[in-house]
Amino acid sequence: MATITLDKINKVYANGYHAIHDLDLDIADTEFLVLVGPSGCGKSTALRMIAGLEEISGGEMRIGDRVVNEVEPKDRDIAMVFQNYALYPHMSVYDNIGFALKLAKTPKAEADRRIREAARVLELEEQLKRKPAQLSGGQRQRVAMGRAIVRQPAAFLMDEPLSNLDAKLRVQMRAEIAGLQRELGVTTVYVTHDQVEAMTMGDRVAVLKDGHLQQVDTPQNLYDRPDNVFVAAFIGSPSMNLFEGVLTLGGGGQEGSLTLGSQTISIPEKVFEERPGLAAYDGKPLIYGIRPEDMEDASLASQPAEPHIHGEVSLVESLGAEILVHFGVDAVPVDSGDPDAVVELGDTAVVVARFSPRSPIRPRQTAAVAVNSERISFFDPSTRLAIWD
Amino acid sequence: MMASSRGLNRKMLVAYGAMGLLGLFFLFPIAIMVIGSFKSDTVVISDQTSLSAFDPRPFEAVDNYRAAADTGNYFKSLRVSVVVSGVVVVGGLIVNSLCGYALARLRFRGQRVLLSIVVALVIIPFEAIAVPLLLMMSEIEWTNTIRAQFLPFIAQPLYIFLFYSFFRGLPSELEEAAMIDGAGPYRTFWSVLFPLAKPAYASAAILSFLYSWGQFLWPVMIARTEDVRPLPIGLTFFRGQPPIQWADLMAFATMMVLPVIIVFVIFQRQFVQGVATSGLKG
Repeated sequence: MATITLDKINKVYANGYHAIHDLDLDIADTEFLVLVGPSGCGKSTALRMIAGLEEISGGEMRIGDRVVNEVEPKDRDIAMVFQNYALYPHMSVYDNIGFALKLAKTPKAEADRRIREAARVLELEEQLKRKPAQLSGGQRQRVAMGRAIVRQPAAFLMDEPLSNLDAKLRVQMRAEIAGLQRELGVTTVYVTHDQVEAMTMGDRVAVLKDGHLQQVDTPQNLYDRPDNVFVAAFIGSPSMNLFEGVLTLGGGGQEGSLTLGSQTISIPEKVFEERPGLAAYDGKPLIYGIRPEDMEDASLASQPAEPHIHGEVSLVESLGAEILVHFGVDAVPVDSGDPDAVVELGDTAVVVARFSPRSPIRPRQTAAVAVNSERISFFDPSTRLAIWD
Repeated sequence: MMASSRGLNRKMLVAYGAMGLLGLFFLFPIAIMVIGSFKSDTVVISDQTSLSAFDPRPFEAVDNYRAAADTGNYFKSLRVSVVVSGVVVVGGLIVNSLCGYALARLRFRGQRVLLSIVVALVIIPFEAIAVPLLLMMSEIEWTNTIRAQFLPFIAQPLYIFLFYSFFRGLPSELEEAAMIDGAGPYRTFWSVLFPLAKPAYASAAILSFLYSWGQFLWPVMIARTEDVRPLPIGLTFFRGQPPIQWADLMAFATMMVLPVIIVFVIFQRQFVQGVATSGLKG
């Protein structure tokens, strides 16, 4: 058990590429921290630096009280689960799990007991004699986990361990890994590009972009109070809809308003009370975001007083429990900066809303959409930071 | 469905027939050599133009093989060939695989240049360097020695490249996992990479053994006396003692290819696997 501290960690590759910029993270003992971000954001590099597989160009890395910048991976008392599992193909499951114990010269009886215990926990007892090639994807994943837990390390490091599994198995293993981590109480750093994994598994989630830490907080706080445009768009699926608009301040019993292209959305006074910082933006352009789940088919809306917007429906995706409705508005969309997201910039924006499946809406109809304007997020157009105080 | 599977069968029959014929074509000289080694000398020549070439009678194998062993000094040459090929194969596997591994995995200054040089060297035929090499050997007074027959052939760019391709094809996470599990570089190589690279080792072993066992030009240039003559030179000298005893020569030749066949049979599976994998990856 240990804390992991990253203090102004930098990574600069030999070719001059600066992959990580002044990364500060304090990971508490027994905490499950998820590093998430789009491809190329430096999350795997950060994990590999904790593991000792990448040199640290600057800053200080501590595991427990020990500075580990120059410590060999094998002496860091960590275990790692790789994306492709990295099981030794020529060894049986038993030998794969026990390899580290063998190298550590653990007494045979003790090693055997621990291997069998790990196999029992992971339901691999029947597979101990098999080779990795004879196992299913899920079983291989478990062996990789077994190899990590058998060592009883100070920390688990996991690099997208579920990305090679099919969707159904991924959901199952997600719960199992999170459960196992809580049961064992081992500090865990988990890298993923899948924000659903990040939200469901982590005690806290650190969002990275281009090697810069954007925000580190609990999943709910990331969702409710994103620090900037990028985090707002990255967390949540489908993404938050982002637009440029002009705010007119309310107050003194009066509602404010916000432009959405040629339409306006009325903003209740409560919003301005909660976000005093908005006062400085009266009559000025800013960036704002509406989550798909904060919109509903106006004919079904529980609060008929909610402001409505209109747009022509281009696509309806039925997911059973909900439908995703894509409709066009003449507002200016905003690129969140996520390299994996596709935003067509121009004078029209496609809005995605999450409707109840009872909505009768069909493509090419004009939708009347109720917006829960109390939950709109506001950002400064130049700094792209959230506007609160 | 039925018709198409029957059509497929007919196609396969033709294919197998053609392959069988081709196989026989390659097998004939070997069969004539082995069968000829059992017959008397005059019969070998008189049977040449008829199917009796495949009839091992009159059976005089014992005399032929004895002549090859005694007059031909087979065992002296065998000893030289075994030492030379043995050192070339074993030494080559160690040196070339470590070289290939270093080029594939370690990051050091000049690594790419070194790799290009290795690749470029693959295409230089031995004949091109034979004379300078001979001058070198004579300079250090290594002519007419056994070590001059194996030392220049241990490091081979072709096998370095073969190992390089193989190790490049292995996911580097395997080594990283071993590192985290507590293995040092040598332990990682021995416990993780070597067992996985067995097919590559088998391919390199067979290819270098074949090359070394059949070496002719270099021993002709460097081996002067009987005690350093490998088998191909031994065979030539044996033939050079008139009158030419064809049956005895066949016996000598049969004994010469036997070790090759044994080695191939032992490593056959890994060899085929190795050719397949090292061909796919890289």
